[in-house]
Amino acid sequence: MTDRFEAVVRHDAGTEVVDLTGVLDGDAAAAVTRAYEALPRDAERVLLNFAPMSFMNSSGIALVVELLAKARLDGRTVHATGLTEHYRHIFEITRLSDFMTIHADEASAVAEAAR
Amino acid sequence: MTVWTRTLRRVIGRSERAEPIAAPTPAQQTLDLGPTSSVEIAPNDPILAYLQGAPGPVDLDDLELSSPAVDALRADGVKLVVPLVSSGELIGTLNLGPRLSDQEYSTDDRRLLDSLAAQAAPALRVAQLVREQEAEARERQRIEQELQVAQLIQQHFLPTELPQPAGWSVEAHYRPARAVGGDFYDVVERPDGRLAFAIGDVTDKGVPAAMVMAATRSLLRSAGSEQLGPGQVLAQVNDLLHGDIPSRMFVTCLYGLLDPRSGEMRFANAGHNLPFVRSEAGAAELRATGMPLGLMPGMRYEETEHRLEPGQLLLLHSDGVTEAHAPDREMFGTPRLRAVVAAGAAERGGMLARVLSELSRFTGVGWEQEDDITLLSLRWEGEAAATVRSERSFPSRRGVEREALAWLAGVVSGSGLDQPRIENLKTAVAEAVMNAVEHGNAGDESLPVEVRVEARSGELLVGITDRGGGRTIPITETPDIEAKLRGEQTPRGWGLFLIQSLVDAVRESSDGSRHTVELVLRTDGGTTDD
Repeated sequence: MTDRFEAVVRHDAGTEVVDLTGVLDGDAAAAVTRAYEALPRDAERVLLNFAPMSFMNSSGIALVVELLAKARLDGRTVHATGLTEHYRHIFEITRLSDFMTIHADEASAVAEAAR
Repeated sequence: MTVWTRTLRRVIGRSERAEPIAAPTPAQQTLDLGPTSSVEIAPNDPILAYLQGAPGPVDLDDLELSSPAVDALRADGVKLVVPLVSSGELIGTLNLGPRLSDQEYSTDDRRLLDSLAAQAAPALRVAQLVREQEAEARERQRIEQELQVAQLIQQHFLPTELPQPAGWSVEAHYRPARAVGGDFYDVVERPDGRLAFAIGDVTDKGVPAAMVMAATRSLLRSAGSEQLGPGQVLAQVNDLLHGDIPSRMFVTCLYGLLDPRSGEMRFANAGHNLPFVRSEAGAAELRATGMPLGLMPGMRYEETEHRLEPGQLLLLHSDGVTEAHAPDREMFGTPRLRAVVAAGAAERGGMLARVLSELSRFTGVGWEQEDDITLLSLRWEGEAAATVRSERSFPSRRGVEREALAWLAGVVSGSGLDQPRIENLKTAVAEAVMNAVEHGNAGDESLPVEVRVEARSGELLVGITDRGGGRTIPITETPDIEAKLRGEQTPRGWGLFLIQSLVDAVRESSDGSRHTVELVLRTDGGTTDD
């Protein structure tokens, strides 16, 4: 795990997967914006992969909320995977989990899209 | 006894008025009651004994008795005194001046007067008894009403619940005397986590004392919320009370601050009974002196510091305890109270019950309580003192919260917290450190953020201190995620919400230049109040 943040978009069977690596805090804003803009225009389904994320704070939560707001405007659904128990708990108390489906792993998230 | 004398003057035919009376009233047709004067007869005046035994009307001119009352009656023109005796008791006299004919009272006159006195005395006695009973009933009713008002006021201003900091047991007992004295007590948890405690006694009883008690308690609460020390609180309340308080009334009061985390205590005393500290070694009185409140303005109150240890108890009391009397009039006294406190009581709440039971045994059955009885105890239940696990200072630079977390992880391992709660604590601490860097120290790298980890009975505390002075944490509402997603609110604003959601309690304090946020996690499965 590294402190440097990266957001990399890749395609996985009908789902655009964004791998979030490193520390998701206020300094990650530009990288998150770039990643969102890098999504294909017709992408309907976005999966945020938090597995390589080492740390997230309240500024990082704000970035996720901002991305989610944009996606809703663009008619895209946002999913999440790779959350530790702790961050899953935080997604629940902040109610982020009410607006994005949380999957146990990438495979099940992608399989759901294929159905 | 007071006897009233009146000069009776026939009106009809003997009026001294210059003009005839056109239409005389019935009263004027018979008697004109002239000016009334009274003669005060002292209870030890020999005339009383003489009249009680006299066989009939007594002619004052023939009476050889050295009596101020007789002299006064003579001076008032009284010639004949007819004793009114009922059931062997002299209940009044009928006093007559000289006959209008200027002749002496005849034997027939005297017989007639004697007979009149014999019939009038019982009737007069009955009337006197009725009036006395009516007056007594009115007085009883007035006292009852006043007692009810005083009790209502007093009960309203006593706390219904006492704060119970983790590891402490705070208990009070208040029993008003029938006449309702002016005792009061109060315990308030301040925003910095310290307890403000007070006990006091207003001289006097009834409604006036209750009113002063209510005012004093409110002034203490108001002064106590201003981050003043105990001496300053008492000085301020003294100045406010002085001038408003009725003369000859004053208030004794002991006021203190206790930090339940460290056991450190400071108190000041305005002439109240001294408190006891009970430890394994026995009971010791803590001293602090000062004038009672309301007597003189501009008073200063010395402060006494003491550090309570786990297992120790602080007992405050009112003089209703120490000045209670046994049937033989022996007083309970401070030495006896000290001995009871020293003997101690192991179980929770046991000390107050023990003092009350000793008091009850001393005063005996059927004791009518003379004054209000108030007891207040603060007992540190913990067995071990707070231990500082570690503390470290960090520079105020962006991202330093992750350094703090790496250090914290090592400190809290083995604290008894499970992994999910450690993760919660880490996130909350990260947010608090970020706030300290960005808001408290305004990103000035030369200013430190100090993080201190303490363990104490049942709690793990992490204190984060910056140089942000007297700022306070705003009250946090749950962020409205729908509004944020609709773009109606900023996507930010999660920090304080996370802090408050992830730990059991958040406390803050400030000494003017430093600001500390304390995050508390219970390690014993109990609950913690903010």
